[in-house]
Amino acid sequence: MTKIVIIGNGMTSYKFCEKIIAKAVPGTLQLVVFGEEPRPAYDRVHLSAFFSGKTAQDLELAPADWYAQQGITLHLGDPVQHIDRAQKTVHSHKGITETYDYLVMATGAAAFVPPIPGVDKKGVFIYRTIEDLEMIRDYAPHAATGAVIGGGLLGLEAAKALLDLGLRDTHVIEFAPRLMPRQIDDSGSSLLKAQLEKLGLRVHTSMQTTAILGDDTITGLQFADDSSLPADILIISAGIAPRDELARLCGLDTGHRGGIVVNEQLQTSDPYIYAIGECALYNGMIYGLVAPGYEMAEVVASQLTGTEKAFTGFDMSTKLKLIGVDVASFGNPFTPADQCRSIVFEDTLKGVYKRINITPDGQHLLGGILIGDADDYNMLLQTAKNKVVLPPNPEDVLLGARGGQAEGAAGVLGLPDEATICSCENISKAAICNAVKDGHETLDAVKKCTKAATCCGGCAPMVKDLITATLKSQGKYIRNVLCEHFDYSRQELFDLIRIKNLYSFDEVLDHYGHGDGCEVCKPAIASILASLWNEMILAKGNDTAQDSNDRFLANIQKGGTYSVVPRVPGGEITPRQLMVIAQVAEKYNLYTKITGGQRIDMFGAHVNDLPLIWEELIAAGFESGHAYGKALRTVKSCVGSTWCRFGLHDSVSYAIRIEQRYRGLRAPHKIKSAVSGCIRECAEAQSKDFGIIATEKGWNLYVCGNGGSKPQHAVLLAGDLDSETCIRYIDRFLMFYIKTADPLTRTATWLNKLDGGIEYLRNVVVNDSLGIAAQLESEMQALVDNYKCEWKEVVENPALRKRFSHFVNAPEEKDPTVSFEHLREQKKAAEWK
Amino acid sequence: MSLSNTATITWFFACKVEDVPANGGVCVKYRDEQIALFHFSRRGEWYATQNLCPHRRQMALSRGMIGTQGGEPKVACPFHKKSFSLADGRCLSDDTECSLTTYPVKVEEDRVYIGIVNGSGHAAVMA
Ligand SMILES: Cc1cc2nc3c(=O)[nH]c(=O)nc-3n(C[C@H](O)[C@H](O)[C@H](O)COP(=O)(O)OP(=O)(O)OC[C@H]3O[C@@H](n4cnc5c(N)ncnc54)[C@H](O)[C@@H]3O)c2cc1C
Repeated sequence: MTKIVIIGNGMTSYKFCEKIIAKAVPGTLQLVVFGEEPRPAYDRVHLSAFFSGKTAQDLELAPADWYAQQGITLHLGDPVQHIDRAQKTVHSHKGITETYDYLVMATGAAAFVPPIPGVDKKGVFIYRTIEDLEMIRDYAPHAATGAVIGGGLLGLEAAKALLDLGLRDTHVIEFAPRLMPRQIDDSGSSLLKAQLEKLGLRVHTSMQTTAILGDDTITGLQFADDSSLPADILIISAGIAPRDELARLCGLDTGHRGGIVVNEQLQTSDPYIYAIGECALYNGMIYGLVAPGYEMAEVVASQLTGTEKAFTGFDMSTKLKLIGVDVASFGNPFTPADQCRSIVFEDTLKGVYKRINITPDGQHLLGGILIGDADDYNMLLQTAKNKVVLPPNPEDVLLGARGGQAEGAAGVLGLPDEATICSCENISKAAICNAVKDGHETLDAVKKCTKAATCCGGCAPMVKDLITATLKSQGKYIRNVLCEHFDYSRQELFDLIRIKNLYSFDEVLDHYGHGDGCEVCKPAIASILASLWNEMILAKGNDTAQDSNDRFLANIQKGGTYSVVPRVPGGEITPRQLMVIAQVAEKYNLYTKITGGQRIDMFGAHVNDLPLIWEELIAAGFESGHAYGKALRTVKSCVGSTWCRFGLHDSVSYAIRIEQRYRGLRAPHKIKSAVSGCIRECAEAQSKDFGIIATEKGWNLYVCGNGGSKPQHAVLLAGDLDSETCIRYIDRFLMFYIKTADPLTRTATWLNKLDGGIEYLRNVVVNDSLGIAAQLESEMQALVDNYKCEWKEVVENPALRKRFSHFVNAPEEKDPTVSFEHLREQKKAAEWK
Repeated sequence: MSLSNTATITWFFACKVEDVPANGGVCVKYRDEQIALFHFSRRGEWYATQNLCPHRRQMALSRGMIGTQGGEPKVACPFHKKSFSLADGRCLSDDTECSLTTYPVKVEEDRVYIGIVNGSGHAAVMA
């Protein structure tokens, strides 16, 4: 049994554990991990997602019990303080002593804080751990002006975080004459700067900070040129300092600018001690990215399980999204002009800058920079890395082949089998194609099987292309057919039904199905019919094709009674209406509860009472709330500018307008919405299928969020819209969803499955890339014009009303088996048996 | 459907044909019992089973959706979508679930009758 102690539980440490467990013969290894931070390793790369709603737990790379399941002893919140190399033991802060056969140091790096007077003042932060972010989050509401020292990758990310926290006045201070000096060139930097300034950041380059002003608390920054800048919060992000203090203490070789010196095997000057990740200094270089750290983990895990492997440096190409602007650099972006030819493409209007360096003979790609549009990053990176021969017009790799020639072996298919597709996990093209051939035919399946696209996700589009291409080469075509009665997908049926003008389930079955239908296809087709024509859903024999809730226009609950939810648009309700609800609930002995969607739900109604209840509600001006349907539910709102001192616009009026526009709209699944009157987001719009947040200039429209069992934040579809445009975009968005989603697929899942994701959706909805926007809008308008309250129709139609009885041969009698139990002042359904 | 019209069946009048929605069900009261009656009009067939779904003991099958599975007529309970054969009452989605009691149905003119074997139809409540 070999005992390995790992110091640090960050990204590399976790990856090391995962890899060595996978490689080792079970029972031959004992692993002990010490982590200084209070929680198990989390995804530091996506740390900023903490500010867009991810919790610390969401960011975990694996939960604490994963370590236990793997038999790994994990000491958290307990830094190692001393290494005794002679005894081969480590001693922790809490007093634990562990012996080791091998020691792996994965202590990472700390934020480098330059020795500027005043860095210890209140309001000065660094940006490295979840705790740092918690402190920033808690402090930000006290601040109006933000500053970040450092215009590199991390500094710009920190600046974005300040913007997201509501600090509209945020400044970035960079010492060098350009942003991201290590990744991009001057022209790229000035374009990036212009883009960032459009988004509200102020960028100051060639600025040296000499002091932080203020008594206890920061009030501003002083610069070498005697100018100053007021600031209430400062994040220092001026680089990283490898955590080599332990190594120094026990006499391991370290670099004079920091870092634990390692050889190709990643051994330190003590052969029983390895160092990996950001603390390791290989060949005079610290690798401040996660992918090389993972490669180091691989190398050490291999060696300790008996496979020779060496670390020989790592490509430092990166791609990231900074405040919504793509920035990438790959290969060598700075090859001197006499050793290469450069091709530059610049569009200042669109904010796109691309530069590639190619060999003087035009054969190979050496490196390049992409700003504003980095979709081709992975492709170009692989072209450079694999020395793929360039097309006769090398600019085609930047601009795409123009002039109508066939694409040939271009794109991902043209890469050799050994080309790395996922550089974080080091997965080759062949590995992915083989996984597909073995039956892992979706992105999720390939992710699970190969781990490709599970880290930064940047290669997901390439992986998708490979899946499609591999399936095609096997002659496969993927389609989701509805059930045994229909060989069509929902989307196909939607089009067919529209073209053939079919109005009932039976007609559709006769035309396109076989057999007699079932509980899968019936409601799916009933929903398509409702989405297409918006007719009374209980007419034309479609009543029995509706799910039980739709058939009785109420939600069936335990015990077989129903609950009733009248529509309360935007959550606005008059005292008079409240009294009517109270009267109805008392009269019919209903349990009442406020719903999450700002309405009132009345439970325990006998089916016989439903028309009577609705008669009274309708007389008081209520309408069906469609709580029973796969339909628009509620448009929640905060009180907005009519009362709230922070409100920017009248969110309630807008919510009411939207709820009334889309009420009764049937869809593949339920749809929820909300409108918030300011960035405080009290209506929680970002958890809805579509959510709207007031901005100073208009409305931001977010789509495809979800609460429920798999929460997902909505993503920004378009910003600063006027009220009319926002509604037009919602029309298009909803109609496009309704037409193309699979049955019972919420918008979030639909988006996750949509090829091209949000970019594609935005192209369709905002840029009208398919040329269908006008059609979508007019289809929606037709549905809106056709709206009728279905409960009003039932109440007024004796034939429909007759269906609301329990016994067909004793219509006045209620179901005698229904029973309730007493609970607090009300009642509840009797327990299941 | 074919009925074994033996002398031991007692027929009672349930309702008129028009009282039952096409391709749907209603609940019929017989003494203290509840029977689900289905008109599978697409197939020109009538079925009757106990109204109680044995899974969670809910009086709900008459409100369930009917359809076929591999040609076999069935009803799916609205609560948890358990499916039962209308022909013999066995559960199609779970082998371990109890079967439904089924009843013969006959239609004369526009009147629908349900047959109770030996005059004892207690299964609907007791199942
Ligand atoms: C905001 C942010 C954004 C980033 N974005 C990207 C990106 O887009 N792409 C990219 O490739 N990289 C990115 N990085 C860098 C990436 O996160 C790091 O390269 C990676 O986390 C390094 O992993 P590590 O395991 O070496 O160090 P860490 O993840 O820092 O882990 C080291 C751990 O060791 C602990 N430790 C230190 N000393 C001790 C001790 N004595 N005893 C016990 N525990 C100890 C530390 O507390 C820490 O938890 C980003 C980093 C940050 C902060």
